[in-house]
Amino acid sequence: MFAWFKWEALFRNFDVFLEGLWVTVSVSLTALVATLAISLVVGLARTSGSRRSSRIAGAYMSFFQNTPLVVQVLFLYNALPRIGIMLSSFAVGSIGLALYTGAFGGAVVEAAIRAVPKGQTEAALSQGFSHLQSMVMVIIPQAMRIALPPMANQLVNLIKNSSIMAMVAGGDLMYRSDSWASGNLYYGPSFIVTGLLYLALCLPLSLIVARFERMQKGGVA
Amino acid sequence: MTSGFFSFDVFNFLMHGLGVTLIIAFVTIALSFVFGMILGLMKVAGGRVARVVATVYINAVRNIPLLLFIIGFRFTLRLPALVSAIVAMTVFTSAMVAEIVRGGLNGIAAGQWEAAKALGLNKFQMYIYIILPQAVKKILVPLMGQFVTAIKDTSFCWIVGIEELMGAGMIIMGKFVKSSHVLGMYAVIAFIYYMVNVMVNWLSRRVRL
Repeated sequence: MFAWFKWEALFRNFDVFLEGLWVTVSVSLTALVATLAISLVVGLARTSGSRRSSRIAGAYMSFFQNTPLVVQVLFLYNALPRIGIMLSSFAVGSIGLALYTGAFGGAVVEAAIRAVPKGQTEAALSQGFSHLQSMVMVIIPQAMRIALPPMANQLVNLIKNSSIMAMVAGGDLMYRSDSWASGNLYYGPSFIVTGLLYLALCLPLSLIVARFERMQKGGVA
Repeated sequence: MTSGFFSFDVFNFLMHGLGVTLIIAFVTIALSFVFGMILGLMKVAGGRVARVVATVYINAVRNIPLLLFIIGFRFTLRLPALVSAIVAMTVFTSAMVAEIVRGGLNGIAAGQWEAAKALGLNKFQMYIYIILPQAVKKILVPLMGQFVTAIKDTSFCWIVGIEELMGAGMIIMGKFVKSSHVLGMYAVIAFIYYMVNVMVNWLSRRVRL
C-alpha cells in the first residue's frame, strides 16, 4: 500500500478517477432533480386530504424504503430488458437512485408541510386563497426552509448510494476505482484516493447541513 | 438444484440466504451499538482529544459510501469474506449509531444533568444512573431504524461473493431461462426484504421500556 510506484501509477492514470468522479456527479445531479420532483409530489399527495392519493404515495414510500436499493437497481438493469425495456446504465442509475431517494424525500416534504402551523393555512384560506394557492404561496415557501437540512442529508446519501452504479458497469467513481485496481492489484492506493474523492464531494455538504441545523436550533457555535 | 421456479430447493436456498443476511445485520448492529455508544459518549462527554477523534471518525465514515468499505476491506484485509463484510458494515454503521447516540444524549433535558450534579454524583455515576437509562429509551427506536438499514445494506455484500439473500437470489436467477421466472424471483426477493423490514418497523413501534 505504501509502495511509491503504486501511487505514481495512480497519479499517472488520475484521469480515470476524474472521469469516474464526473459520472458520479452527473448521475447524482440528474437523480437529484428527479428526486426533488418525486418528493414534492409525494409530500403533496400525503397532505392533500385525498385518501386515495395519500394511500398510493404511502404504498410507494413503504415499498421503496423497505427494499434494498441493490434489488431495485438490479431489477431495472437485469429484469426490465426481459420485457423489452433496455436502459443505459446511466439511466438505470439515475432512475433507481431517484425512486429510492424520492421515497425518503417524500417523507421529508410531508413532515415539513405538517410542521407549518395550521394557522397559516387557515389564514390563507380566510384571505380567499384556494387550497392550491395557499399551498404554493404560503405553505410551501415556509416548508422549504424546514425541509432544506434533511433534504441536503438525502443528497449526501444519494451521492454515496450512486456507488451502486459499480454493480451495473456504470463507469462511476466506485466502478473505475475497482476496475483500475483489479487490473494492476494496487487496491490500497486506489481505494484510499476514491474515499478521499467521495469525502471531498460529501463532507462540505454534511458540514453545511450540520451548521444550518445548529443555526435553526438557535444554539451557539 | 431443480429448474422449477419455486421448488423446495429454491425456497431452502433463499431461506439460507436470508439467514446469512440476518446474521450479518444482527452482528453488525450489535457491534455497532457498542462502538457507536463509545463514539457518541466520546463526542458528547469526552475530553478534547476524544472529541476530536470521534468527530473526525464520524465525519469521515459518514461521507464515504458503504460499498467502498465492503470492496476495499475485502481486497486489502486478509480476512474471510464474511468477517470482512461484517467489519466493513460495522465500521460504517458505528458512525451512524454514534450520531443516534449523540442525538439521544443531547435530547435529555438540561435539568437532568443539573439535578445529577446537585445530588453530588460524579461524572461516571451521573451517566450510569441518570443519563444513559433515559438515553437508551430515546435511541431505541432510531436504532431499530438503523437495523432496517443494515438489513437492506447487507445486499451490497453480494458483490464480494457473499451468499446473502440477494446473492442467493442472483445465483438462482442464473439458472433460469424464462423471463417470467426472473421477474418473479425479483418479486419474491423484494417481498422477503419488505416483510422482514416491515416486521422490524412494527416491532420498533411496539417496544416500550
